[in-house]
Amino acid sequence: MRYAFVLFIILYALWYGLSGYNKPLLLGLGLISTILACVLAWRFRLFDREGVPYLTIPRLLLYLPWLFREIVTSNIRVIRACLRVDLDIDPVLVKVKTSCQSDLSKTLFANSITLTPGTVTIDVDRDELLVHALYASVAKPEDFIEMDRRCKRAIDG
Amino acid sequence: MSFFSEIGALYGQYAPLLGGALCVFGAVLTLFGAIGVLRFPDFYTRLHAASVTDTGAVLALITGMCLMSPSGLVTYKLIIILIFLFLTSPTASHAVANAALKAGLTPILSKPDDKAQTAETDQDTAKEVTS
Repeated sequence: MRYAFVLFIILYALWYGLSGYNKPLLLGLGLISTILACVLAWRFRLFDREGVPYLTIPRLLLYLPWLFREIVTSNIRVIRACLRVDLDIDPVLVKVKTSCQSDLSKTLFANSITLTPGTVTIDVDRDELLVHALYASVAKPEDFIEMDRRCKRAIDG
Repeated sequence: MSFFSEIGALYGQYAPLLGGALCVFGAVLTLFGAIGVLRFPDFYTRLHAASVTDTGAVLALITGMCLMSPSGLVTYKLIIILIFLFLTSPTASHAVANAALKAGLTPILSKPDDKAQTAETDQDTAKEVTS
């Protein structure tokens, strides 16, 4: 029930922000469509800890600045690789073991790897991720340990 | 009170300039990503160059647009767009890369090839020296 309530509030805030109207009729229509979406989510059995992960939002917000810094530094690296006169890239495939347990934290970890330019998660097999990286020197399996630890703390606690 | 109004006036004066500068910066980043896509040798490395456009350029462009936006509602929508882009763009890159791998496209891995080449050239030079 709590999950439904939180989802309702988030969806209604999204609807209100996207419409921007204050007329009672339109607000009522938004209310109806939001409730319909919540009922659909309930019918699909999406209400669990991973479907509506509102408890992890504060820790997720703490994770974002670090991810932002990673994105900026790896962006600079890849742009330098794009603009160098001689192409010094050194592509490599690495297998990265993750300590994340839940599907949501694994998704966050794989998405974080893909979001930082220069590394793309190609395949996931239980607790092993296949990562394609532009530079072998900065994509050793040890280099992902900190990101893995932070993702695990952000979702699994 | 006058302090805050002064800050507000300063923001109104300089925010559009800063936003425009950030938008130009984002456009330049997109250009760099495009150059990388053209220069890199194979599919997977080109994906890395494209992800510069996905992350850095989008971040700069949308921050710039937020600074230039006329009302809070527009800023709210832009932030929602940013969140959705940051959720969907890695998913899309992963889907494309995974499809390529499943279809049997092997990535160019420079390191072993380089070693093999240097080993061959070493042997060649050795042969030349001995002969």
